[in-house]
Amino acid sequence: MPDLSFIARNASFLFDGLLLSLTLTAAGVIGGLAVGIALVLVRLFTGVVGNCVVDAYVFVFRAIPLILVIFWFYFMVPLILGRPVGAWTSAIVAFTLFEGAYYSEILRAGLKSVRAGQMHAALAGGMNRAQALRYVIFPQAITAMIPIFLTQAIILFQDTSLVFVVSLHDFLTATTIIANRDGRLVETYASACLVYYLICLAATAGVDRLKRTFAR
Amino acid sequence: MIEFDHVNKHYGAHHVLRDITMTVSRGEVVVVCGPSGSGKSTLIKCVNALESYQSGHILVEGVDVKSKARSAAALRQRVGMVFQNFELYPHLSVIDNICIAQRVVLKRHAGEARERAWRLLDRVGLRDKAAAYPMNLSGGQQQRIAIARALALDPEIMLFDEPTSALDPEMINEVLDVMTALAADGMTMMVVTHEMGFARRVASRVVFMDKGEVVEDCSTTEFFNDTKSRADRTRQFLDKILSH
Ligand SMILES: Nc1ncnc2c1ncn2[C@@H]1O[C@H](COP(=O)(O)OP(=O)(O)O)[C@@H](O)[C@H]1O
Ligand SMILES: [Mg+2]
Repeated sequence: MPDLSFIARNASFLFDGLLLSLTLTAAGVIGGLAVGIALVLVRLFTGVVGNCVVDAYVFVFRAIPLILVIFWFYFMVPLILGRPVGAWTSAIVAFTLFEGAYYSEILRAGLKSVRAGQMHAALAGGMNRAQALRYVIFPQAITAMIPIFLTQAIILFQDTSLVFVVSLHDFLTATTIIANRDGRLVETYASACLVYYLICLAATAGVDRLKRTFAR
Repeated sequence: MIEFDHVNKHYGAHHVLRDITMTVSRGEVVVVCGPSGSGKSTLIKCVNALESYQSGHILVEGVDVKSKARSAAALRQRVGMVFQNFELYPHLSVIDNICIAQRVVLKRHAGEARERAWRLLDRVGLRDKAAAYPMNLSGGQQQRIAIARALALDPEIMLFDEPTSALDPEMINEVLDVMTALAADGMTMMVVTHEMGFARRVASRVVFMDKGEVVEDCSTTEFFNDTKSRADRTRQFLDKILSH
């Protein structure tokens, strides 16, 4: 049995990192979802111009790696605003805008997965487009999208480690610091794996539950 | 009730509705038949503005379908529609399928909407299925619920687009029976169907379409009995459809 007491000694440092990762993930999911919904609404309710703008947005954020987006927001936005924005704020903004691009595509695919006849039926039943989306199309699309949302959230959680470029200590960065300082690479990284694994397990269970609620 | 006045529609170079002029009066049941691709679905979807057309006019209850004075949603409250593939909302129970538009569109209270839904369920003979979900119903039952759903908004006109052609033969009659009862109650109906038995029994008029044109528009008796006066392509179509 390897001696893991050094992990207990550093628990609070690691826990702070974990908390940062979780908070950033939550912010990225909520903010990204908000941006994604906004982008999809632009697609649905504006014409060709709106669609081109959203296409361009999605293209840019898919082309640039997240780590560069974080980096750019930290170093470039202060130049534009004329004052520093802080690592934390810039990380949240970067995650929100970046995830927004991905969520908008997931949402679009989900809406497309609902057959066209459903929209026709809702319109023929006197609903306007917004009502049809709200009461008929969206509830059906959500069920199809939930597993993909989960996958995206888990990727996001793992990607929070990229904030080390702006000197924030997420869970993995904290782990690396401890591992190097105490020279216990194997035990430390193995424990980190376990934590990632458990969180993924919990998230999956939570989503399964959510799915059951949505599926009537 | 519905007046078509020189209606033309093109899909690019494809002329799908050619100069359609006809009238459906209040309380009339008009059966529309014709080969696949002749424009039947397009024609009835123009009535509730699910499809647009390039020239001519369609008046529903005297108001132009394209008139700014009445929104598409308002028009569609007056004109119910039943689809070939039922298109019930799979995420809602049967009773919620019937209530949702009443709640959202007519802003009826839950109690009032449910009361209306119960009466409609009785009318289509499916009171015991109120809590079921569409996927657990047979095709015939789904289509009867779809009819109830359309009736929930108290429309003046009902459009049916091949309501029985996705059904197994043994379920066709339960749907036609509901439609027959509806016609007997005086509903104005346009029915795209190849059920010639239904046409004979229930229709006041039969319209035969081919290649976007109205080839025949005559009373049901004339259509079926006075075959000498029918165009060649009408007779060919009838021979084909009545032979099996
Ligand atoms: N969205 C569309 N784009 C191009 N052509 C179409 C479209 N919808 C229907 N059509 C064409 O219009 C014609 C009439 O179609 P439809 O009204 O569905 O015929 P029917 O209901 O009599 O079978 C067909 O030739 C069909 O190919
Ligand atoms: Mg058709």
